[in-house]
Amino acid sequence: MEIFDLFIEAWPLLFKGVQLTLLLTVISIIAGTTIAIFLALGKTYGPKYVKWPIVVFIEIIRGTPLLAQLFILYFGLPPYGLNLSGFTVAFIGFTVNCSAYTAEYLRGSIMSIESNQLRVAQSLGMTKWQGIFNVILPQALRRVVPSWTNEFIYLLKYTSLAYMIGTHELMTQAKFFASRNYEFFKVYLIVALFYLVLVVFFTNIFSWVERQFKIPGFEFEH
Amino acid sequence: MSEEKKTILKIEDLHKSFGDNEVLKGVSLSLNKGENKVIIGPSGTGKSTLLNNVNRLVPPDRGRIYLDGEEITSQNINKMRQEIGFVFQDFGLFNHLTALGNVKVGLTKVKKMDKQDAQDLAMEELRRVGLEESAEQYPAELSGGQKQRVGIARALAMQPKLILFDEPTSALDPELIGEVLNVMKNLAKEGMTMLVVTHEMGFARTVSDEIIFMENGYIVEQGPPKQLFNNPDTERTREFLFKLTELYGEGDE
Amino acid sequence: MLGGALVTIRLTFFSLLLGLALAIPIAFLQIYGPKVVRRFISVYERVVRSIPLLVILFLIFYGFPRAGINFPAFAAAVLGIGIRSSAYQSQIFKGAIQSISGSQMKAALSLGMTSLQSFKNIILPQSIRIAIPPMANESAIVLKDTSLAYALGVIELLRQGGYIISTTYRPLPIYLAVAGVYLVMTLTINITLNKFEKRLKIPGIGIEERVR
Repeated sequence: MEIFDLFIEAWPLLFKGVQLTLLLTVISIIAGTTIAIFLALGKTYGPKYVKWPIVVFIEIIRGTPLLAQLFILYFGLPPYGLNLSGFTVAFIGFTVNCSAYTAEYLRGSIMSIESNQLRVAQSLGMTKWQGIFNVILPQALRRVVPSWTNEFIYLLKYTSLAYMIGTHELMTQAKFFASRNYEFFKVYLIVALFYLVLVVFFTNIFSWVERQFKIPGFEFEH
Repeated sequence: MSEEKKTILKIEDLHKSFGDNEVLKGVSLSLNKGENKVIIGPSGTGKSTLLNNVNRLVPPDRGRIYLDGEEITSQNINKMRQEIGFVFQDFGLFNHLTALGNVKVGLTKVKKMDKQDAQDLAMEELRRVGLEESAEQYPAELSGGQKQRVGIARALAMQPKLILFDEPTSALDPELIGEVLNVMKNLAKEGMTMLVVTHEMGFARTVSDEIIFMENGYIVEQGPPKQLFNNPDTERTREFLFKLTELYGEGDE
Repeated sequence: MLGGALVTIRLTFFSLLLGLALAIPIAFLQIYGPKVVRRFISVYERVVRSIPLLVILFLIFYGFPRAGINFPAFAAAVLGIGIRSSAYQSQIFKGAIQSISGSQMKAALSLGMTSLQSFKNIILPQSIRIAIPPMANESAIVLKDTSLAYALGVIELLRQGGYIISTTYRPLPIYLAVAGVYLVMTLTINITLNKFEKRLKIPGIGIEERVR
């Protein structure tokens, strides 16, 4: 079959897959980033008993493969009565993973802010945490944008792993389709194209958004 | 000299060490309402530490500090800091906020002032330092002198009882120092109570009510500028002032 | 599980090696090559970095046989992971070469060094410092990504874990142990890197690296 005809035929299935891929990516990055803010603040400003568990958590997540983490949740928990759907596992796994990486980016950008900014905030009568939320965090979040957009792209690509735990995202739909007509090479080529288009699309969207939010002194470097 | 003799700031027997290094070895001084005192002395003699002790950005080890009769403690510090302006050597502007935003942030976030009131007051303070046209510019777009004037406007907006200046012109290029000193001079004229650490002899000589010479953690000598410049009590003061004048000039003001 | 870990290490090693073999010429061509080649290479990098590794692996393992090219699972995994790594490693080398070329070489020559001496005494010590930390980081990433070879049926650490589970029926402890082995391996890389970095650290030398 010609690749173009194949594309037309595969479109409905793959489009369904893309929707799930995007849904997974977006909800995971939102949840992950929210958690990451707390992790980064806890690791940077928290007392020892908050800081160390966070450090250990981040190191474990970043030190082990995402696929192993998904398997632990998907295959490891049912014997204990905890049966999570593939989608739930993927969501939890991606969220946790994203939170650990984003927390590290965010911490890096917090550390890069001039050390006296918090002191200045305090000199105006702000408490330490008022200073952190009003002065440090707004700057750190601006600086973390380039790393965060990279994280989004990584996550978008890594959602393909949800295929391995029975989630009907793009990869799974492709496999279904290919196993019907045996056009593996062409189907995966089409899938590759899908991802390529998605990545290029989001990269451009993000750089547009970055330009809109740019303020002097916070030029984004890639 | 101010007509009112109300004491705004009183420092009693202040001590501070960093590890084995005792930076302040018992410093006492007081500042009346509307008074302007300048602290001078070689670097590393605890001048900045003294200022930082007052608003407890660096808490003192020993000694008491009173603002307008009320002791400054770690309990009331956030309230006290609202009443003590602080101008930093490196400006300390918040880089994500415009000039106006910098002046406003303390009003809205700390004093919980109404947004429009804060806006008006902040604009007023920017006008006072001659920067109303730069209100919407970000720190990265301002010159050093402009940044420091925003820093002063930010301190002023909180309507403090006292402003501490920690070497406000040391980080500036020579040609930008004048505009900042002018703003400070006007404040002094308007009767703002100020404690200034600086090497600007011209300012010390012509604007201050009293010069405090510090060395090695002690106050060596204090008195009106005329007395210190013309007839100091100690040889050390004479030497230091001579050297400073050599280095920074008389300051033709 | 040891057998699986050894396969994982072998996968990592060969993938990195292939990545390196591709990355060095890519980096040089990207800097010194003619315009057409440079453009072609940036497209290559962009494409390879935009496609999920799993898709690359499936293309090679399930797709290529359609075109008459058959790879055993292990070789397909090495090829896929290696190609992907090459697109990241080439950035590392490009950075290393660019950050020390030009004036450094001129300065060395002006001291009377031959170009070989300049390279040995000035360029190499700097470029190694620049390239080693991101390379170690890349190794940790590749190590984690070898787990995707599972999908091709390579009996690496993760699949070995699966086999053990199929006889013991205790998935959680086994997969946790598998994760533990990965953690030990990545931590080993990172700790070695940290020691190395501390010893070789010179202020102002270094480039950005990818983190996952």
